[in-house]
Amino acid sequence: MSQKPLVSEHDEQHLSYGKYTGGFLASVALTFCAYWVATHVGGDRNVLAGILALLAVTQFIVQMVLFLHIGEERGPRWKLAAAAFMLGVVLILVVGSIWIMNNLNYRMTPQQIIRYMQSQDNL
Amino acid sequence: MSSATETAALELRREHEATEKTVFGFWVYLMTDCVLFASLFAVYAVIHGNTYGGPSGKDIFKLPYVLIETFALLASSFTCGLAMLSMQRHAKKQVLFWLGVTFLLGVSFLCLELNEFHHLVADGNSWRQSGFLSSYFTLVGTHGLHITFGLIWMAIMAGYVWKRGLTDTVRKRLMLLSLFWHFLDVIWIFIFTIVYLYGSLGL
Repeated sequence: MSQKPLVSEHDEQHLSYGKYTGGFLASVALTFCAYWVATHVGGDRNVLAGILALLAVTQFIVQMVLFLHIGEERGPRWKLAAAAFMLGVVLILVVGSIWIMNNLNYRMTPQQIIRYMQSQDNL
Repeated sequence: MSSATETAALELRREHEATEKTVFGFWVYLMTDCVLFASLFAVYAVIHGNTYGGPSGKDIFKLPYVLIETFALLASSFTCGLAMLSMQRHAKKQVLFWLGVTFLLGVSFLCLELNEFHHLVADGNSWRQSGFLSSYFTLVGTHGLHITFGLIWMAIMAGYVWKRGLTDTVRKRLMLLSLFWHFLDVIWIFIFTIVYLYGSLGL
């Protein structure tokens, strides 16, 4: 027994040509789709935004799996756990910010805004 | 199996475990970097409507141009993967070739982006103009800064591969570099969608 099999067994065993090519082609297709939806499809903007978000999330998953090899580790999946925690923090941060700031905007009456702007001008 | 080969095998396993730890540590850094980008996305989402009478995204973004930018970065992410495949086969020259292609595509992306910024500023739409433009330049500029550091790192790594060959240390660092580079492409998906495509819809 030489060392060779041991090396290949424990090396970066997940890399394959097919995964990278597949990931690349899928990403190109998804990017084109998103571009086409944004430029050539009419209709309700909120529906379009939903479709675009879906395409982006799909491409995110494609690249996370095929380029960043997430979820391919054996044993305890620490990388996956860290990524899941990151997603949680990101969602709280982004959704929370938008929610709070919109709410603040909604609750602020025009008079309050004008008074605030005048106080800023005095500075 | 003699005890000498057994010791060698044990050594290899230890080395492999050390590499895994390093990769995981770098992965945790990438995840925290995600949180940095998330904060900038949140800021952009909240104040991108505040144009202070100036232009909005619909007026200043040129989508075909950004699409070319996007494909340059996507292609560089792919060729970076090809460099990793060559590394797995211990093909030093191919690693250098694909790293070179990745570097050139990355530089093209950066030049396209800087040219875009230059035109915006020249047209009087700099970051000082409005809340929208401040948050736009901060978000996209931070990504561009990451790309810049990635390119510097890539040039250094190409030098290492050239001088030292594909030693274990060099291979480990190349793995980290490829993670970083793929990660930057993942961030760009959301910049492309949320900043440019949503912007062109006037959202």
